[in-house]
Amino acid sequence: MIEIKNLTKSFGQLKVLTGITETIEKGDKVVIVGPSGSGKSTFLRCMNLLETPTSGEIWVDGEEITAPKCDIDRLRRKMGMVFQHFNLFPHLTIMQNITLAPVTLKLQSKEEAGENALRLLQRIGLSDKADAYPAMLSGGQKQRIAIVRALAMNPEVMLFDEPTSALDPEMVGEVLQLMKDLAADGMTMVCVTHEMGFAREVANRVLFMDEGQILERANPADFFANPQNQRAKDFLSKVL
Amino acid sequence: MEWFNSWIQSLIGWFLNLDDRFYNNFIKEDRWIYLTNGLGTTLLITFFALIIGIVLGFLIALVRVTGDKTGRLKFLNGICRLYLTVIRGTPVMVQLLIIYFGIFGSVAVDKVFVAVMAFGLNSAAYVAEIFRGGIMSIDGGQMEAGRSLGLSYNQVMWKIIMPQAVKNVLPALGNEFIVLIKETSISGYIALQDLTRGGDIIRSRTYDAFMPLIAVALIYLSMVLVLQAGVKRLERRLAKSDRD
Repeated sequence: MIEIKNLTKSFGQLKVLTGITETIEKGDKVVIVGPSGSGKSTFLRCMNLLETPTSGEIWVDGEEITAPKCDIDRLRRKMGMVFQHFNLFPHLTIMQNITLAPVTLKLQSKEEAGENALRLLQRIGLSDKADAYPAMLSGGQKQRIAIVRALAMNPEVMLFDEPTSALDPEMVGEVLQLMKDLAADGMTMVCVTHEMGFAREVANRVLFMDEGQILERANPADFFANPQNQRAKDFLSKVL
Repeated sequence: MEWFNSWIQSLIGWFLNLDDRFYNNFIKEDRWIYLTNGLGTTLLITFFALIIGIVLGFLIALVRVTGDKTGRLKFLNGICRLYLTVIRGTPVMVQLLIIYFGIFGSVAVDKVFVAVMAFGLNSAAYVAEIFRGGIMSIDGGQMEAGRSLGLSYNQVMWKIIMPQAVKNVLPALGNEFIVLIKETSISGYIALQDLTRGGDIIRSRTYDAFMPLIAVALIYLSMVLVLQAGVKRLERRLAKSDRD
């Protein structure tokens, strides 16, 4: 459902991505790992054009989103994104955070969106926070709300950009659990993370990136037990 | 030390004749009307200049931010930048005189209109920079989060960035409004009878500077106090999303 062809991205002189070709199939749970500065976040952010690729093509559901005439706003509705720093809207209540996009884009009526949001909040056990503001929540709660906010658009794929990196250790679990539930429901997921346990448990494919390229693709069992690439071996020896 | 003695004596005399002088400056020949009429003019100028300042300043800020962030609107952005440079680089009194004597010099134009334009156009430049600072103070993640949900740039700007920016700049905006109220006191330079000029006229009739000027100062002060209270109320209302 996402096809990336020979993608490159440079910031000025700095080449961050140097030619990536990869296909994400429907139902895939892809985890991207690698040392910092390897380009994993940039790669993920290119998939919904938060970063504009320098060259290469990205196709989503048979549409080339890198084409100049493509209506990226419409395609982004299919792609939920979760950020390291949550990026909830601090001036809106939790309910408004979740319903803003579907109502503004006239995909759902206010009542529909409200019911939908409440159902999602119930699912994560935070329905009592509907009228609270983000500043009143813990980090783990914020990130779960951020995930729910993306889900309210009924996306076909979810992109996670280090969703647990800014959390206190005791809050990582609740966020990972929600992501595992999502995976179990069959959501297509692409996740940049340092949580190797999550990768091992949930991913059906692990991509190891370094210096702007994908150096190894493997199923998690093989990747963690028997990495082929030397740099992947070095990386794993440091993080495991 | 002769000047000192006579100064002390005049001060004493001032307090002795307080009721006489009050009568002379404000009651006699209905002189208070100069102040109330002047106050009306000052309020009129301030009110419309404020509106022009907010609306125009808001638009300029939008053009500047959108231009700088997305590279669109190059021409408009250039004009706005030039406008800010010229307006903020020259005294408002000179601008007032240029508009009155230069631009409308040959026609009989309403002076209040001239003052509203001068102070409004001037305030817009400062309001624009205040708004721009407010918009830029919002974390870039807010725009990214909005866009990633499928909202357009304009929708994110309007629903997510602006409400937060306005809340952040409210104190600075209140400050600008206070400056504006007091700045209109130079309207007398185009022979407009605003509050300051009203006090001046009384002074020229009674040869007493102290009474009318103190009255004028107190009226300005009370206007600023009212404005301050209004801004504070607004601030409190917008702060409801902060942690208790």
